[in-house]
Amino acid sequence: MSAGAGTTLILDGITQRYGTALAVDTVTLDIKGGELVALLGPSGCGKTTLLRAVAGFLKPTEGRVIIGGQAVDHLPPNRRTVGIVFQNYALFPHMSVADNVAYGLAARGVGRAEQKARVAEMLALVRLEHLAGRYPREMSGGQQQRVALARALAVRPSILLLDEPFAALDKNLRLDMQIEIKRIQRSAGTTTLIVTHDQEEALSMADRVAVLNAGRLEQFAPPTDVYDRPETLFVNTFVGTANVLHGRLATGPGGTRVVALETGGLLPTVTALPDGTRVAACLRPQHVAFATGGEGLDGVVEIGLPLGATLVHEIRLDGGARLKTAEARAAGARPRPPGTRVRLSPTAPERVSVFPDSRH
Amino acid sequence: MTAGPAMATAGPVAAPGRPVRAWTAAYDIRLALPLGAFFLVFFLAPLALLLLVSFYADPGMTRFGLDQYARFLLDPFSLRVLGATLWLGVEVTALTLLLGLPLALLLTWAPGRLRGLLTLIVLLPLLTSVVVRTFAWIVILGRQGIVNAALLGLGLTDTPLKLLYTEGGLVLALAQVQMPLMVLPLVTALSRIDPNLADASAALGAGAWRTFLRVTLPLCLPGIVAGCLLTFAAAITAFITQSLIGGGQMLFMPMYLYQQASSLNNWPFAAAIAIVFLVAVLACVTLLNLVGRLSRGYAQA
Repeated sequence: MSAGAGTTLILDGITQRYGTALAVDTVTLDIKGGELVALLGPSGCGKTTLLRAVAGFLKPTEGRVIIGGQAVDHLPPNRRTVGIVFQNYALFPHMSVADNVAYGLAARGVGRAEQKARVAEMLALVRLEHLAGRYPREMSGGQQQRVALARALAVRPSILLLDEPFAALDKNLRLDMQIEIKRIQRSAGTTTLIVTHDQEEALSMADRVAVLNAGRLEQFAPPTDVYDRPETLFVNTFVGTANVLHGRLATGPGGTRVVALETGGLLPTVTALPDGTRVAACLRPQHVAFATGGEGLDGVVEIGLPLGATLVHEIRLDGGARLKTAEARAAGARPRPPGTRVRLSPTAPERVSVFPDSRH
Repeated sequence: MTAGPAMATAGPVAAPGRPVRAWTAAYDIRLALPLGAFFLVFFLAPLALLLLVSFYADPGMTRFGLDQYARFLLDPFSLRVLGATLWLGVEVTALTLLLGLPLALLLTWAPGRLRGLLTLIVLLPLLTSVVVRTFAWIVILGRQGIVNAALLGLGLTDTPLKLLYTEGGLVLALAQVQMPLMVLPLVTALSRIDPNLADASAALGAGAWRTFLRVTLPLCLPGIVAGCLLTFAAAITAFITQSLIGGGQMLFMPMYLYQQASSLNNWPFAAAIAIVFLVAVLACVTLLNLVGRLSRGYAQA
């Protein structure tokens, strides 16, 4: 009955309109069996709408959901073999932990003896065997989440959906649960979709990250690619932090490409875009180096902060723009005092990503 | 309740949601004084008087004795009236629940504007006088009433049906009159249920019926109990509706009591009827409350 481990999930051109508002704009995702994919984006980007479309709670205006090679758009949620863990867990408050986990099995007509065995197996998986008789209100948030996970996995869903699963947990517990869920997901081999607005969560857990903004898919790639080679300005600024400087592309001496900044100065880069293109150039703080001589952007230190292992400076460039820098802090190193004149350059031209400027 | 020293030492760091005893104890009694005095003068004192009168052995109220209670409890006619009244309450409550639950579900799921309209319709009976509502039912159910006129006009019947002065007509009229008392607690209970629970149930493979029976219904049990209590109490004591729609052939406790007190001037027997009725109703309420107690654990944190 269950499609078992490694079911593929395809979202084919999903569009969702509410009246005239476009919540999701032709999003296509091809997810491999057993893969853990994070839908990452700010609130209102359409990630929850996508999740609800996969679960069958809403029928998208356009597009198809294909689970294991079969279109499921005509199927109601209870016929889709999709497990879901809600942000608030949505455990049945009038049922014990064991009854919660057995609920889906009973609904699918699994025999009593097998129900019991499967409940025991699931509770062992989430390490809650000893709390089978408890009620949800008698448990901590982390325990409730594990019950919700056990309940969703008990029916051996072909797809597992997690809606902001860690938002309600405090920070210490969050990391434990992330590791726990990754472990459980690996051992069950279930194709999993996590909705989150937390980039660290997405980058640390997912095999691939789908970054969404205003209903559009901005990038769908492994976490390292999303971080190192962002395809859009939005991805570059939403995932990790980035300094954004505006300017126009030009070719510098020796044929190297540079961004002539609006505020003055040249920033070397690598790009296929033609000269004269107005661009937004992104440079992550840790890719800004203090140059001792040669070329660079001149400015003065506004403030320096020793943040434990890193040293962060905010520099006001001579043209008026501000730039953050971050560098590893050597033992005993102190921030440069405000007012110090410095010259900055990217650690490598490839570290400066440029995107066509959409500003007017 | 024992507000022992252990509670007092807990101080202002008591568990959230639990009132801090030391603070409230000093204030709540004084704040409750006006209401307490009101209840004492207008509720407890008359009740005590009623109890006292019921212990007179004769209508002339000259000597004490349990004669009135013996007369009621050994008289098959009186017991039949009591039984008929309680049964009427059960019938009305059952019908109100049967019609009220779908209405409450509709109200809970309805989008904004429709919801307002439905709420108004549900509340409307509360905004009109009982007498007016009852006469409306007479117009609807009478021999020349709307229902009979429609049935005759459609050729579904040759002679007008007897709808008024029947138990069926009375149950129907009472159910309509008491509907808000059932629907409002139900809507409150239903709207407190996390909508994700129904989605979770569906995602786990449950169909709409299983979700309703296993999740929605158990979780709104406190609302069902509250609605049934209110409807039951209101139905069995609905003197005006019972008398006007029920007519002369059916006798229920309120009318029985009224006859004894007003027409026959037998105050001690009327008082005994009142006390027996009160005890019977309290027994029913306690029973229902026990069911409610069982469902208390369902309330969400």
